Amino acid sequence: MSRVRIPPTLRSEVAGAREVEASGGTVRELLDDLLGRFPSLRGQLLEDEELAPFVNVYVEGEDVRTKDGLETPVDDGSTVILLPAMAGG
Amino acid sequence: MQSYRDLLQSAKASIQEVDARGAQELLDGDDAPLLVDVREREEWEQGRIPGAVHVPRGYLESRIEGVAPDRARPVLLYCAQGNRSAFAAKTLSELGYERAISLAGGYVDWQRSGLPTDLPRSLGPERATRYSRHLLIPEVGEEGQLRLLDSRILLIGAGGLGSPAALYLAAAGVGKLGIVDADVVDETNLQRQIAHSTNSLGEPKTDSARRTIEALNPDVEVVPFRERLTSENIERILEPGWDVIVDGADNFPTRYLVNDASVWHEIPVVHGSIFRFEGQATVFKPGAGPCYRCLFPQPPPPELAPSCSEGGVLGVLPGVIGSIQATEALKLALGIGEPLIGRLLLYDALSGEFEEMKLRRDPACPVCGESPTITDYVDYVEFCAGVGH
Repeated sequence: MSRVRIPPTLRSEVAGAREVEASGGTVRELLDDLLGRFPSLRGQLLEDEELAPFVNVYVEGEDVRTKDGLETPVDDGSTVILLPAMAGG
Repeated sequence: MQSYRDLLQSAKASIQEVDARGAQELLDGDDAPLLVDVREREEWEQGRIPGAVHVPRGYLESRIEGVAPDRARPVLLYCAQGNRSAFAAKTLSELGYERAISLAGGYVDWQRSGLPTDLPRSLGPERATRYSRHLLIPEVGEEGQLRLLDSRILLIGAGGLGSPAALYLAAAGVGKLGIVDADVVDETNLQRQIAHSTNSLGEPKTDSARRTIEALNPDVEVVPFRERLTSENIERILEPGWDVIVDGADNFPTRYLVNDASVWHEIPVVHGSIFRFEGQATVFKPGAGPCYRCLFPQPPPPELAPSCSEGGVLGVLPGVIGSIQATEALKLALGIGEPLIGRLLLYDALSGEFEEMKLRRDPACPVCGESPTITDYVDYVEFCAGVGH
């Protein structure tokens, strides 16, 4: 199990939770688990089954785009942060 | 008993004097003397001979060794008319300086001869008082403060983030502040947009912000752009030349325009954004770190952008993030410290936590990458304006 931090712009899709648990050995597996339970998040995170260009995923503080993208391994107990673009000023 | 005149004559008789032309020849020649201005601070501040060091005569004995440790090197001293410097030259001879020369006629004669001068590069007494808490910090000091007064910072948006950023940059003495905002002040702004006030309701934000800034610090020149940033006007707005851009926009189309322009014009952008209780800030410095598109290559499609009705922001949150932006902008303008380049600072007001994410430059970035695919401005479709309005 890993802890997935939900950014404020996406909380309405997960009943207001700031953090949810999800399991998976890679980012893809972890997101599959998450999206199975919160299907309305899909369009906010994925585009053609790849990470959408307006969102970043960090595993233990590292941008998965600079690793292996969706195939980046996720150790049990990791903190995963979803970071969508945010425009408010 | 000797009179002043006797004392001066005997001093002048015991030292070497040169006139302005002779002094310039010495300064231009081999074995150029160290040039020392022995006048008072107020005189020094009104102009001096280029290359001079300032040692007021009252401190001559105690400070000269610090600036002229080599007693064999000639020292050329000047004051206003050549009298104080004659006494100073005599003192230096007594201290063992082998060649202490006085500029006969002093600075007055130097100026009259049409020789070059450095005009005031000092703050003057009023500014020295206003910025005294900056002058006390070695990393800023008088030189840094002069640098701030010469610096030009462009603020995108005079809303939640732009308000505190503008106020602190103005208070700090940034000489020129550009403000881009097309909106007028409305009542819902006042819960957080502290550059505006109840009596500026209905007024353009650029006017309202300018009035607040000018009341705070008359040293600041405000350059208002009462318009929305577009691909059509962005080059004109950048035309005056800006050292730093502070991005406090409330929408994606503007943020992408700012990013692309900053890469092409090599202007660092201090980025900030806010939503409810959370905010983020970073510095995108072209060449030194990632740009906004390295992080988010494209904006989200309009239908996925957070809906306006779910927006909202804690009024003080932009105060925290906008102040961090002002801090980073000042660091960039001064060239000090470690700017937030390649680091995204996240702040969660509810948990009271800061967190830092590493950002890396993307070699495949469509704008700043190795083979850019975006080479002209893109006007993205306008959608939810977010919480800035």
